[in-house]
Amino acid sequence: MRMQLSTRSTDNMSLPDNPYRHAQRAYEERLAAIGAEEMIINMGPQHPSTHGVLRLQLITDGELVKEVIPHIGYLHRCFEKHAESMNYGKTIPFTDRMDYLASMNNSHAFVMGVERMLGIDQQIPKRIEYIRVLVCELNRIASHLIAIGTYGIDIGAFTPFMWCFRDREHIMNMLEWASGSRMLYNYIWVGGLFYDLPVDFESRCGEFINYFKPKLVELDELLTANQIFISRTANIGTLPADVAINYGCSGPMLRASGIKWDLRRVDNYSVYPEIEFDIPVGSGEMGSLGDCWDRFKVRVDEIRESVRIIEQCLERLTRELKRTADFDPRALVPKKVNVKAQDYYVRAENPKGELGFYFVTQEKSDIPKRVKARGPSFHNLSVLPELAKGVLIADLVAILGSIDIVLGEVDR
Amino acid sequence: MIGCAIANRGITGRLPVWLPNTYTKMEELITRIHALLIAQFGEQVATIESSGLQPALVVDPALLPQVCLLLRDHADTYFDFLSCISAVDDGIEAGTFTVVYHLASFPYNYQLTLKVVVPNDRQLDNLPSVPSVSGVWRTADWHEREAFDLMGVYFEGHPDLRRILLPEDWEGYPLRKDYEEAEMYHGIAIK
Repeated sequence: MRMQLSTRSTDNMSLPDNPYRHAQRAYEERLAAIGAEEMIINMGPQHPSTHGVLRLQLITDGELVKEVIPHIGYLHRCFEKHAESMNYGKTIPFTDRMDYLASMNNSHAFVMGVERMLGIDQQIPKRIEYIRVLVCELNRIASHLIAIGTYGIDIGAFTPFMWCFRDREHIMNMLEWASGSRMLYNYIWVGGLFYDLPVDFESRCGEFINYFKPKLVELDELLTANQIFISRTANIGTLPADVAINYGCSGPMLRASGIKWDLRRVDNYSVYPEIEFDIPVGSGEMGSLGDCWDRFKVRVDEIRESVRIIEQCLERLTRELKRTADFDPRALVPKKVNVKAQDYYVRAENPKGELGFYFVTQEKSDIPKRVKARGPSFHNLSVLPELAKGVLIADLVAILGSIDIVLGEVDR
Repeated sequence: MIGCAIANRGITGRLPVWLPNTYTKMEELITRIHALLIAQFGEQVATIESSGLQPALVVDPALLPQVCLLLRDHADTYFDFLSCISAVDDGIEAGTFTVVYHLASFPYNYQLTLKVVVPNDRQLDNLPSVPSVSGVWRTADWHEREAFDLMGVYFEGHPDLRRILLPEDWEGYPLRKDYEEAEMYHGIAIK
């Protein structure tokens, strides 16, 4: 390993003197000139608590972290380059692979942008919109369950992890039933859906909700009010609201700092204005506002709100928006997506925060000129060096877990 | 820590006071902001581009950081949240690169698009150069590193402009339209 590293650095030395490499040189010099009491510890990319392939370089002084330098890109799969070479419909499976824990939400945001550019967003039948919201909220619960379960395991609690994955499996099975695939669905299409919901989906989903509600109480009792868990998370990694905004944090990360900002309410997209739900925000109940416990609690509360949303969707889908024999979820799916040349930025609330897509389209072509994806995890992670100044190494794991990153979205 | 608009008003840690969004149309808002910028910086600062669904302000690159700082701190705008920075290759014939900034204002619930167009000859030793706004919004730091990494746009005054997604010894900028993939990387066939 040492041999490899040294060969690599000689390679760099032999590169022609590129004026645009001055920051890289400054970084290398900075690491070479660390003080005698400092030590560089490499955490990741194959570390269980980095939730994927994230590499953190810690400059430590004893047990204290002086500085964190995140290195990302290990899971870079050129989403933006791929999106420039194929039409909008074919890009939807690629969006699924960005935040692979919440694929439905990703494709919903992407599809919404394309529909608005086409001008068909107002014509989408209500049943389709309600199905989209239903599957997105199911996926949001699944994503938050992973966040909570793996957070427990980061802190040292094993049981919540098993419980969360057990309940998430029911959601995975339901979404597999609807779309044919367990995690990467390709279910929401431009102008409609891949298929209507399977017959009886609504009643099975209702059964799941009835099963899940008491489980959520159990989970709450196990973790939220657990004294060991509180000691590990309260007053750790406190993120003030102004810092959160300045670093572009969004989603539970931002709301835990006390800012009531949820794009489902702010932008009122899809059928969210017709649905009643609250926006949980951090309260600083166990420690200071915006600490790790608050971020955890906001996710737990959001699961409850998602359950409420699902109940309302199910009620409407079984009554006034009932399945009819002539209902075709692909009726509005365009044969060719022909948008006029323009640029458009669409944003939507993902489980992790604001997911944005910026499209630059070309005239008479169904292939975009440029698609830029704004992943919420990318921004939420960028605040880590700020949060981790002067904390213990063990607390760094707690902070990283509370951010809830998905590397598929950080690296795209 | 650079304070943002919300911090300047001393409401850190509490819910911000939401201000009413008085503009129903984006055109009205952008005309108003355009007038505000002209009053501050003169006629050449920006032009309105209104071809698509979302109108944009095309800003003079030299004035970009001052414009952003004003938009962030002005009591009529408070654009305290930078959603996204996208670098766009306008094509080989156009000979320009565009950097697009999507801003959002939490107190007012406004959205604004700023654009900066820089001409460039596409030589790898002469990157298009735009002033960095990482002093205005810290989140611009990683976004500008990404734009530098994938599109080869240089941001003047950026504190740490290293590659972010690709390895530090990668050659070329993959999102450019004239990018050609390398055959080998460290002895590994990658094509």
